[in-house]
Amino acid sequence: MKERLNEQTIALRAAREFTDGSVVNLGYGMPGLCANLITGDRAVFFQSENGMLGYGSLATDEEKDYELINASDQPVTPLPGMCFFDSAAAFDMIRGGHIDIVVLGAYQVSERGDLANWGRPGRPATGMGGGMDLAVGAKKIIVTMLHTTKDGGPRIVRDCTYPLTARQCVSLIITDLAVMAVTEDGLLLKEIAPGWTVPEVQALTEAKLTPAADLKEIEL
Amino acid sequence: MTIDKIFNSCDEAVADIFDGATVMVGGFGSYGGLPINLIVALSRQGAKDLTIIANMGGVGYELSHRIKPGGYQDSGILFENGQVRKFIGSVPALGGMPPTSPLERLFNEGKVEIEMVPQGTLAERLRCGAGGLGGFYTPVGVGTTVEAGKEKKVIDGREYILELPLTADFALIKAHQADTPGNLVYRQTARCFNPVMAMAAGVTIAEVDELVPTGQLDPEVIVTPHIYVNRIVEVPA
Repeated sequence: MKERLNEQTIALRAAREFTDGSVVNLGYGMPGLCANLITGDRAVFFQSENGMLGYGSLATDEEKDYELINASDQPVTPLPGMCFFDSAAAFDMIRGGHIDIVVLGAYQVSERGDLANWGRPGRPATGMGGGMDLAVGAKKIIVTMLHTTKDGGPRIVRDCTYPLTARQCVSLIITDLAVMAVTEDGLLLKEIAPGWTVPEVQALTEAKLTPAADLKEIEL
Repeated sequence: MTIDKIFNSCDEAVADIFDGATVMVGGFGSYGGLPINLIVALSRQGAKDLTIIANMGGVGYELSHRIKPGGYQDSGILFENGQVRKFIGSVPALGGMPPTSPLERLFNEGKVEIEMVPQGTLAERLRCGAGGLGGFYTPVGVGTTVEAGKEKKVIDGREYILELPLTADFALIKAHQADTPGNLVYRQTARCFNPVMAMAAGVTIAEVDELVPTGQLDPEVIVTPHIYVNRIVEVPA
């Protein structure tokens, strides 16, 4: 049976990329779910561009404190050892290469790893927030996104047609259908959703996918 | 001699903000460090043709009902109120069902100008304005719409663009505690843009949860030194 990953399982797959000790920034929307998917015995330090390092999971209704929020305006929970700083210091960390992994959403990703995640045709006033800084500064960019548009059109494309966030910045793309690595030779299809074939996924992808020698089903 | 910086009300503290002034508004989004009582006072005061420098354009009272029953106020009310000529910041509007902010509606009607600035570039332009620097070269925005019209430079093989400092006539900020001279400490993520804005404006007006006597704040933990703070209003949380 063909299955598509849901937002929770896409986030779970992304969280498996976090090695112990890594500093991770989670972008707006689906990436924020990753904060709830780290179990107690793992040491991952979540950084937020509004000036916080080392926060815990998203807060429940009883725990909500609106002076303890992530960059998506969602209340989070404190952890021992966390620290606060101002926006300028937060972006020194980001631009200066002190963040190991950033997980971002996207409208489009190109086969070279160009990222478009802040503007859409007809919406000139939506802003990039910290997305450009994160895309330029982090050691590794993981994109979590749905594989196609609502109309079934491709979002993994040869060239981005939406406004760019940064060029050649994405390392790994995780969608509801596949996990793809951006390489010098284009997109390497590493994992595929249960029940899907390579031609079926390729048909929903504008960029050319090269199946990895060890291509496997996405494990969760 | 001590300079009395304590104001009894937010209305008195913002009374001299003039038409055409540039005003920084601290905080991050709709919550957490937003000087909401000063913002509401400025909306009552009515100054027009303002340039607002802030991270986000705010949701405004009308659209906030989509998010929370009963609604809430944020910096969006200054746009709803028709007081703003130009916005400089990183998130004029969010990506949901348009319009997501009064600023987006006014921009689409050609009534407000927007200068879109990546969030880290905004923070650094404020720091340059605060620290007397003429600007800085950043890799952020290279190859995007942000680089339009800006000087480019290759340093050690990497492309950078020149970004210029930001200053303002006034900054409205939020802190947790102030002492009588105006030293400030913040609470958790309510710090965000407040310290750099406090340093970059001519007149900084701080709304604080608690005012304490001189000597009650540990000098080791003060975040904003008092020379950057001109006016203080205590608004108990």
